[in-house]
Amino acid sequence: MNERDVIRIEGLTRTYVMGTNQVHALAGIDLTVSAGEMVAVMGASGSGKSTLMNMIGCLDQPTSGSYELDGEQVADLGRNRLADLRNRRLGFVFQGFNLLSRTSAQENVELPLLYDRSGRGGDSASRARRALERVGLGDRTGHLPNELSGGQQQRVAIARALVTEPSLLLADEPTGNLDTRTSIEVLALFQELNDQGLTVVMVTHEKEIARYAKRIVELRDGLIVRDVPVHDRGHAAADLGRIMEGAA
Amino acid sequence: MRPDKLIRIAMRSIARTKMRSMLTALGIIIGVGAVIVMVAIGHGAKSRIEQSIQNLGTNMVVITPGTSASGGVSRGAGSFNRLTTDDAEKLQRESMLLSEVTPVIMTFSRVRGGGGNWRAPIYGVAPNFQDIRDWGMASGQFIGAADLRARRKVCVLGATVAENLFPEQDPVGQEVILRGVPFDVIGVLEDKGQTADGSDQDDMVIAPWTTIQDRLAGRQFIAQILGSAWSPDDVEAAMDEAAAIMRESHELGDWEEDDFTVRNQADLAEAATGTTEVMTLLLAAIAGISLLVGGIGIMNIMLVSVTERTREIGIRMAIGARPGDVLTQFLVEAVVLSVLGGLLGVGLGYAGSWVVDYLTGWPTVIDATTVALALGFSASVGIFFGFWPARKAAALSPIDALRFE
Ligand SMILES: Nc1ncnc2c1ncn2[C@@H]1O[C@H](COP(=O)(O)OP(=O)(O)OP(=O)(O)O)[C@@H](O)[C@H]1O
Ligand SMILES: [Mg+2]
Repeated sequence: MNERDVIRIEGLTRTYVMGTNQVHALAGIDLTVSAGEMVAVMGASGSGKSTLMNMIGCLDQPTSGSYELDGEQVADLGRNRLADLRNRRLGFVFQGFNLLSRTSAQENVELPLLYDRSGRGGDSASRARRALERVGLGDRTGHLPNELSGGQQQRVAIARALVTEPSLLLADEPTGNLDTRTSIEVLALFQELNDQGLTVVMVTHEKEIARYAKRIVELRDGLIVRDVPVHDRGHAAADLGRIMEGAA
Repeated sequence: MRPDKLIRIAMRSIARTKMRSMLTALGIIIGVGAVIVMVAIGHGAKSRIEQSIQNLGTNMVVITPGTSASGGVSRGAGSFNRLTTDDAEKLQRESMLLSEVTPVIMTFSRVRGGGGNWRAPIYGVAPNFQDIRDWGMASGQFIGAADLRARRKVCVLGATVAENLFPEQDPVGQEVILRGVPFDVIGVLEDKGQTADGSDQDDMVIAPWTTIQDRLAGRQFIAQILGSAWSPDDVEAAMDEAAAIMRESHELGDWEEDDFTVRNQADLAEAATGTTEVMTLLLAAIAGISLLVGGIGIMNIMLVSVTERTREIGIRMAIGARPGDVLTQFLVEAVVLSVLGGLLGVGLGYAGSWVVDYLTGWPTVIDATTVALALGFSASVGIFFGFWPARKAAALSPIDALRFE
């Protein structure tokens, strides 16, 4: 383990109690993710991927075990510190986009900045615009979510995750609702951000998507059953170029 | 979080659901509007009464028969009306502090003259009545000392009577007949308008009390005695002095209660405005209830809104909203809604008061205090009824809120 570990998880469990029977969604996870990694979490439905992401994202508390984010014990933190952590260190991208409806792209992206109490970096509107430009939506700032395609909505969500300049991007099935081409577009964006130093952890069902990551972690019944580096890593931008040529 | 950011978040939320926000605030709008209209009507009535009492002259002292103490010893009907012209004359003679005193005899009669026919109250008074009431003449002159002494059959007409009997000509010099007795009209009073309770102060005929007693009323007892203190500062002392003289005149023993009541203008004002104050309070209470109902409406919608917006709350928490931020957001939304509703309600109140004024002619008075109170109250309603839904929202765990279907 080195100084630059972003995520350090040991013996993490999460048990849901449903009446008399218990569901061990996570049954003892050990996982370390270092800065600059790009990890794909895979596994069958119900294997505990989302539960793990929610733990990493400080949205839910483990039943037992320890979780350090950027060297900080998350279990010790109160609700306010957790909120600040989510605000500053983490960016979320969900399968269902989770944008505020009837709220323009720009306002959606601006939202995390409104909750930023660190006093960092000035004009939230222009920062939001820059984040949208970064995901290629500089010309859609005034659009409402229902005026955007699924891929565009997901890119707004990515801009929202990026606007606070987090150290860790978490994405739970970010391409689950997108077609192949748009999925590759999103992955190209992730790879580009990862190249710039952002640590990425994403959940995916699809092998073709997972091969754009640097490392694959596979879950089964709440346990990690495989943890391997990706050897023939894909290059999403290049693949996208090929698809475009093929279409033309 | 900075307040301007908070208000921005709340305003955006409200702007996103304009129609619903409008409906939510409707209760407050109507409540505040109702409070303002009701209080404006009450204040209008009060100010009108106060003004008409102001017109009585500030030095005036009024003595009426009967004790002021309510629930006192009951007395025979005969002993009840015990004010006489002798009392008035004794007061005029002996009082140091009252400059003028006049008995006021009141009766009603049909007034015939100028080919017309009009029923009006007849006042039998002394010449100084004019100074005490401070009433001016439109034409001719008031009754004089000689008229009183000689029991002359002369009279002065109020503007209403004059207009009804002599619409075309100056009544001065004409003759009117009261219960078969002819009176010469020697003057017409200035138009004074209505009193607060709507009675017409110009609907009267004034004659020397001696004449009225001889020819019309024919009885010893009189409606009231009016006096005028030398100066407003003397009024209180003059009242005490008048009471002492009256007790002497009525030969009351030490153990006996006053069988008369001495009041000044302030007392009259109090009695008259007292009733309008009760009315104002009552109206305000009714309107206040509608404001309360409006507040419950806000709570209702906010509660529904918390459930409906659970996912939104989850999203906000996921991107870094603290529980306190969510609480304040909902609270600020409730307060902004109710204050906006309050402002619209003030507008509605102004419009409503104008309409009432226009349609009924009741004067309405809107004062800054009422407006401030109504606005303050609607903000409190927002805080009070917004708090519970807001706390409910803030207590949600981020993941439960996000997963909410
Ligand atoms: N709130 C909850 N209450 C009870 N059980 C839960 C809850 N959330 C998840 N579970 C259970 O925990 C297990 C893991 O769920 P999780 O959502 O992590 O699966 P997943 O790997 O994300 O599946 P999918 O690929 O379908 O999204 C499942 O068996 C699920 O039924
Ligand atoms: Mg899942």
